[in-house]
Amino acid sequence: MSVQLWTYILVGITFAIYIGIAIWSKASSTKDFYVAGGGVSPLANGMATAADWMSAASFISMAGIISFAGYDGSVYLMGWTGGYVLLALLLAPYLRKFGKFTVPDFIGDRYYSKTARIVAVICALIVSFTYVAGQMRGVGVVFSRFLEVDINTGVIIGMIIVLFYAVLGGMKGITYTQVAQYCVLIFAFMVPAIFISIQMTGNPIPQLGMGSTLNDGSGMYLLDKLNGLSTELGFSEYTSGTKSKTDVFAITLALMVGTAGLPHVIVRFFTVKRVRDARKSAGIALLLIAILYTAAPAVAVFARTNMLETVSNQPYASMPEWFKNWETTGLLQFDDKNGDEKIQYVANAQLNELKVDRDIMVLANPEIAKLPNWVIALVAAGGLAAALSTAAGLLLVISASVSHDLIKKIIFPKISEKGELWVARGAATCAVIIAGYFGINPPGFVAAVVALAFGLAAASFFPAIVLGIFYKKMNKEGAIGGMVVGISLMLFYMLKFKFGIFDGGKEAIAELSSEWWFGISPEGFGTVAMVVNFVVAIIILQFTPPPPNEVQEIVEDIRIPNGAGEAIDH
Amino acid sequence: MIDKKKNAKAYWKENLRLLLLLLSIWFLVSYGAGILFRETLDNIQIGGFKLGFWFAQQGSIYIFVILIFVYVKKMNKLDKKYNFDE
Repeated sequence: MSVQLWTYILVGITFAIYIGIAIWSKASSTKDFYVAGGGVSPLANGMATAADWMSAASFISMAGIISFAGYDGSVYLMGWTGGYVLLALLLAPYLRKFGKFTVPDFIGDRYYSKTARIVAVICALIVSFTYVAGQMRGVGVVFSRFLEVDINTGVIIGMIIVLFYAVLGGMKGITYTQVAQYCVLIFAFMVPAIFISIQMTGNPIPQLGMGSTLNDGSGMYLLDKLNGLSTELGFSEYTSGTKSKTDVFAITLALMVGTAGLPHVIVRFFTVKRVRDARKSAGIALLLIAILYTAAPAVAVFARTNMLETVSNQPYASMPEWFKNWETTGLLQFDDKNGDEKIQYVANAQLNELKVDRDIMVLANPEIAKLPNWVIALVAAGGLAAALSTAAGLLLVISASVSHDLIKKIIFPKISEKGELWVARGAATCAVIIAGYFGINPPGFVAAVVALAFGLAAASFFPAIVLGIFYKKMNKEGAIGGMVVGISLMLFYMLKFKFGIFDGGKEAIAELSSEWWFGISPEGFGTVAMVVNFVVAIIILQFTPPPPNEVQEIVEDIRIPNGAGEAIDH
Repeated sequence: MIDKKKNAKAYWKENLRLLLLLLSIWFLVSYGAGILFRETLDNIQIGGFKLGFWFAQQGSIYIFVILIFVYVKKMNKLDKKYNFDE
């Protein structure tokens, strides 16, 4: 059977499963819609969190980025997993104990202020919208390559599916679909990884294969071979990297703290029954995420080695089928500069003849390794599962921010539960349409902003929530001041150094990098903005009145796991 | 009530001590071994892995997972000790 037929079959089956689950788990109350009724088991929540978290970026792009960046790619590996330690230890149990529906709920109540709630809603919308647009684009790319439909048609198909189960099922529908999506995506990621690991090193566990010797009888370690190949072509050694230590440090920290501050991840911990379940499901989520995150660097090494060996100095005419396929998508480009009809892939930009888009590494990997057609189709289904699950989680945050935090809590508090549920569905629908619009007409900056969403979350939510739990005396003036200054500073730095809007546009960015503050790139600047947020909050606190007693009592109450009003027998 | 307040204070103190310990390990394996002292550790090679590189791309992640499960276990015990379990 052809790849295309296999893809239709596998994608068709998985989509049917998602829709079936959505119908079975229809939301009937706002509690169902926002937090899946609050009775999700830790295992199901762990799986859903893992799928929610691992987006098109983790599945499609990350291994590709690492395979080009080598050691520098570690920032994503450590950053996007280490954040869960912060989440489990500093946030999840306490927010679960607090027991409301959304992150702005916590900020609004803890800081006894509508202003704080509105600031939190705005931050949540900025972070979530920038993130969701990238997901819809990912759906489009997978569809266009594997089903050979137009990217726009692909985005629209993705929109309809997400619309169906997010709008109908709310958090309940999303949770159980995400459980299925986790299974699909991890299977789709690991099968080719295991195949290729056996092919190259004889070791069936990719995590170990990465550090094993090659299968070709040379007895050479895979990583040594890749280091050799890389330096031969003028690239830096794969295991060394080129970024400065300060920048690597700052980016890793910004990604970790940003992960812990992302509203669509935090809100997942509102869905479990007890505080201890929140802790446990954070552990399960990270364990399930770690399976993919420790395999990804191995895939990166396999793919890089395979690709260098396949293309470097080989005649263009003898390139395999996949090469031509990706050339037609424009993601792979060959330009025979010296006219020798061979491919020179080297670090020197003047001599280099091959342009490879980083996003194709994971998708092309099974083809490069000549794996069977069904494996290639499986990767397509996995990429779609990753993109759809994350998009759905984000859409829920957006719709809850509007229907619950804005309409119910601020504008129209008398709304009935049924009315609120309809507003939530309406808001989810609008959010899907806007996200789809950005997926079809990406405004150029979407891809760049997705990486920065973490910086924005780090600069706004993380300090406000941590101070809210661990610093009983923190007041509303401090928290609001910190959030506003933090997110504004981050936005300013982004606009200045990522988009160059103060210095003549995108062309100026490259030269501006010498002016980076402390040598920290925009991706890592969330760390600085976060520190500024903390400092501003604590300084303002010194000059403003402490929070009322009731609020301090709330804080004491969320620090202990069991019910506040319950008597304790001695 | 007084007992509960006292308990809550002691519970919180023990919790903070545990957090401090676990977060120090969290910092050491990622920022320490994976970033700040990577070059030194890279001189040691285990199998095909240079040690610093291994911590940055594999080891720190395994330890993160272990840290959370240790936290879960210790906190459940702590909840019981102070009668705060659900």
